[in-house]
Amino acid sequence: MAFDAPHIRRQFPFFTANDALVWLDSAATAQKPETVLRAMDDFYRTTNANVHRGMYEVAERATAAYEGARDTVKKFMNARHSDEIIFTKSTTESLNLVAKSWGIAHLKKGDVIVLSILEHHSVIVPWLQMKEEAGITIEWIDCDDEGRLIMNDLKKALAGKNVKLVAVSGQSNVLGVRPPVTEIIRLAHQSGALVCIDAAQLIAHHPVDVTALDCDFLAFSGHKLYGPTGIGVLYAKREIMQTMPPFLGGGSMIEEVRRDGFTPADPPHRFEAGTPPIAEAAGLTAAIDWLAQFPWKDIEEHEKNLMRAAFETLNDIEGLHILGPKNPDDASACVSFVLKDLHPHDLADILGQEGFCLRAGHHCAEPLHKRFSVPASLRLSVGIYTTEEEIRRLGPALKKAQKILAK
Amino acid sequence: MDLYAENILDHYRSPRGKKLLKKPTIEHKEVNAGCGDSLTLHLLIKDDTIESVGWDGTGCAISQAGMSLLAEELPNTSVEKAAALSPAFIRKLLGVPVSERRLKCALLPLFALRNALRTVKKQPLLTWPELLEEDNA
Ligand SMILES: Cc1ncc(COP(=O)(O)O)c(C=O)c1O
Repeated sequence: MAFDAPHIRRQFPFFTANDALVWLDSAATAQKPETVLRAMDDFYRTTNANVHRGMYEVAERATAAYEGARDTVKKFMNARHSDEIIFTKSTTESLNLVAKSWGIAHLKKGDVIVLSILEHHSVIVPWLQMKEEAGITIEWIDCDDEGRLIMNDLKKALAGKNVKLVAVSGQSNVLGVRPPVTEIIRLAHQSGALVCIDAAQLIAHHPVDVTALDCDFLAFSGHKLYGPTGIGVLYAKREIMQTMPPFLGGGSMIEEVRRDGFTPADPPHRFEAGTPPIAEAAGLTAAIDWLAQFPWKDIEEHEKNLMRAAFETLNDIEGLHILGPKNPDDASACVSFVLKDLHPHDLADILGQEGFCLRAGHHCAEPLHKRFSVPASLRLSVGIYTTEEEIRRLGPALKKAQKILAK
Repeated sequence: MDLYAENILDHYRSPRGKKLLKKPTIEHKEVNAGCGDSLTLHLLIKDDTIESVGWDGTGCAISQAGMSLLAEELPNTSVEKAAALSPAFIRKLLGVPVSERRLKCALLPLFALRNALRTVKKQPLLTWPELLEEDNA
């Protein structure tokens, strides 16, 4: 049976409420199916209690819902153990946790962290902070004009011997390219460096198997995976997690507190101070279960067709320049572009008046935009519910905007 | 009414005063880092009055048209009066509804002007939160 995006779309209350909108901003955040909203609502109506605390039955059920989410995530990403899954509030918090816990414990002046030029600010900034605080050095893997990482930059950096970690995105939130993470992990491990994968984008568009990848850390957010905001995941290998000090201090992350000190709890609770996102965990479970009904092969084929339609539509516009890939098959789920002499904010604003939701700006990837010598771009991104017809309609809307702004 | 009204588009297409002065009393540049809009403002001040204005910049239609409109207003305005121009004045000058998401585009020209004049008077520069607070007042 062909993949039925219009049918899938009907499971999303947002689209019913906003039937005139063309949502082309799933890379910023995805819409949520009914079942996710229900799961969170049900949790609050029937199961609401704090976790790991109450000695009564409903608290046990709340704890089971929360810990059940951990198990769902573990299976979803094929981790070896569920204690390798830490819940945070977002990809951003997960990535900060790596820098601020693992980084503080293991890095000293002169150590090197390697980043790719594709990275989101949430990957870059925590390491820039570590640079200021601990005197580490940052080296960059550049990309070519089509967004392919220059692997020689990585090899050169690794040859320097001081590289402790390589942080790289699994799928760019600007160009849609997927760096060769398997190869990057192999090379980094050969040199004794760890690898942290930012899977914020990849997670909703391609199966992720942390055991096969053998990555050391991997982060994603619930809200880009058709789940709720306010919950994120950090996968970390068990033996690495055990070497990491607490990130935030508070309740649940301690074994014992005395007047003169404390003993931290074991991972993963060591990294989950305070009341965690419990209802959001129930929502994330529902999102993962919902997504599991679609074979990845079908999702990827659908989104590949969408990207082909997007490239065709965009390449038909005079003065339009796509950043990065020339071939739509190299751009997964998103494509960014600029129009000659026209500011992305004006275009996004005018498109918005026509009901098209596209993001304009640097998409939290300023170094990458500088690499392509543009201050900002427009981004079209798709999800499981996007239809080819929506993308085709963007063509005339862009031409109209172009006409309005023509000098 | 539409943000991209004819008057705004006219100033965007043919910006007034978009030329730097040969000998400005003061040159001041402001940018909206988030979107890459930038304005460089030149003022020629004589006897505490703005005699002429020149500017250069790149960015969206709103920031560029706004600067053009403001540049028409400024000649022969006293420094004191120019330094007191408010976000409300800019909203009136643009004459189109400015939404929250375009506010910084719309206010960039005023931000550049106010800080240019503060530089002349050697006062500390205005920050965005301060200017936005004035807009809310
Ligand atoms: C590639 C990438 N990394 C990290 C993030 C940060 O995710 P969040 O804002 O959910 O923390 C995003 C999205 O904003 C992203 O696209």
